[in-house]
Amino acid sequence: MTVTAEKASTASGAPRGSLRRSRPRYGELVVRGILLTAALVSILTTVGIVYSLIPPTVAFFQQVSFDEFFTGTSWAPLFKPASYGVLPLLVGTLVITVIAVLVAIPLGLFAAIYLSEYARPRVRKTFKPMLEILAGIPTVVYGFFALALVTPLLRGIWPVGDGPAIFNGLAAGLVMGVMIIPTVASLAEDAMSAVPQSLRDGAYALGSTRMIVSLRVVVPAALSGIVAAFVLGVSRAIGETMIVTIAAGITPSVNWNPLQAMSTMTAFIAQAGSGDIPVASFDYKTVFAVAALLFAITFVMNAMSIRLVRKYREVYE
Amino acid sequence: MSTPADVGIPSQPREDRRSWLGPTRRRPLEMLFQGVLLASLVIGVVFLATLLIYVLVRGWPRLDARLWENFNSIRRPERAGAQAAIFGTIWVMLLTALICLPVGILAAIHMEEYADKTKWWNRAIELNLQNLAAVPSIVYGILGLGIVARQFGLGTSIITAAITLSLLVLPVVVVASREAIRAVPGSIRDGSLALGATKWQTIRKQILPAAIPGIATGSILALSRAIGEAAPLLLLGAVTFVAFNPDSLTSAYTVLPIQIYDWIRQSREEFQVLAAAAIAVLLAILLLMNSVAIYIRNRYQKRW
Repeated sequence: MTVTAEKASTASGAPRGSLRRSRPRYGELVVRGILLTAALVSILTTVGIVYSLIPPTVAFFQQVSFDEFFTGTSWAPLFKPASYGVLPLLVGTLVITVIAVLVAIPLGLFAAIYLSEYARPRVRKTFKPMLEILAGIPTVVYGFFALALVTPLLRGIWPVGDGPAIFNGLAAGLVMGVMIIPTVASLAEDAMSAVPQSLRDGAYALGSTRMIVSLRVVVPAALSGIVAAFVLGVSRAIGETMIVTIAAGITPSVNWNPLQAMSTMTAFIAQAGSGDIPVASFDYKTVFAVAALLFAITFVMNAMSIRLVRKYREVYE
Repeated sequence: MSTPADVGIPSQPREDRRSWLGPTRRRPLEMLFQGVLLASLVIGVVFLATLLIYVLVRGWPRLDARLWENFNSIRRPERAGAQAAIFGTIWVMLLTALICLPVGILAAIHMEEYADKTKWWNRAIELNLQNLAAVPSIVYGILGLGIVARQFGLGTSIITAAITLSLLVLPVVVVASREAIRAVPGSIRDGSLALGATKWQTIRKQILPAAIPGIATGSILALSRAIGEAAPLLLLGAVTFVAFNPDSLTSAYTVLPIQIYDWIRQSREEFQVLAAAAIAVLLAILLLMNSVAIYIRNRYQKRW
């Protein structure tokens, strides 16, 4: 009896002492076990992703050298003779991501500043659901919009030269940028809302205008959260599949011109994987190797973003 | 020297308490800044409106009964429909709900009510979930292909799609359920425990009923994400030509986003119109689900 009392007071810290039941309730323990199992499903998911990626990737690199994969400038795994330089896919991913980010970061940040610092409650109540709807639109719809409306529009208004091709990185990037605005805006707004009101009041008391308070007090104070929002936005742009597959084409080449067709890592996975590829074939391993690279890149960015969010939470909450 | 208006003493209380402390003359830079901020927000809204109007106008000629009464037809676009895709979407949504809602809600209960945050494995579960929420959806397709389809031997069937999508939206369900559970005040918990209820009785009889509106809202949003998702299903065999409705867990299937993708890739104009019409149907379903979610949130959510 004394042992259980001691254990209880040291283990939970609550002053339960001898009030604790000496006989365990087995039903409660079973429930605990079931709940823990449910929580472990998320761990199993990550393990499953890594487990499904590693064996084919290892097999891939037994036949293709790291050197060829990371420095080769031609990606033609489905042709004979095949070549496995991933640079064209990385360049395509980079170009489209940069365009998307150039749209999403300013618009998302400004929208967040407006919602957090300027908007009256009623204005917020109208705009926030609209951002939620924008975030909920399926990416295949964005892709259709980019291909069917944005590209013809760009081709129509292009002032010099031939303008964008039917499949091009520009339209895909622009539309993807709009798709990411809600992600950036809502995370950045969360960070700015966490900035204590006293900081704003102090600046107002010193005679600052609302713009100065927003730009010199709130944004710097929420900076780690805002950067986290940017990083997550970039990560989403890198991982986005349907817009790119539909509107940017599936033509891998080391091509920095966004007016032409280009391919990304995700577009290759979608294109090569959507046929029925036999497990034993080398194409199967190629798809998994590119997926492993994509997972590694986005994993690093997500980890950065999570760490940054944690930083501002520690400071203000 | 200065009239009362210049000094800025308000004759009557204004909406914004702060404004009378500021200068009465509007600063151009301030106005410009506010204009730019508002414009950034409006661009998104204008884009949304353009998209909705464009899809409706383009798809209007084919927004009729053929769309849900007929099956797909490659040769005769005027007779093509999306019945198999609509039924497939309903099947996938129900199966996904059956799998991901229990797992997600139970995981949320564990993390909010039982998990000891000082233990490393509980922190690992939390960190892992945050990361999973940001993993690209096509990587889930790889998981579905490598583990669910091949290792479990379920093949590229409708149950494989449902399991994969369940894992994809699990973080959304967990985060929403956790927030709903956290919003239930501790006094209810303490009251129930003080009356002699066990922990699980407290959760089942007090906390869960109080958290249901929040959980329902989050669950509907998660399911609406699942039925709009196309990328992982590309890898899971949904692109093949399907001219029948699913009839079992292992049957071949297609869903609306994949059918739309398939039509977008066809070069004939009729298929582009069909794609727009199918998008209109998909968006209508999603908007309906969103409205239900918002209705539940506003109608049933208690303010403590």
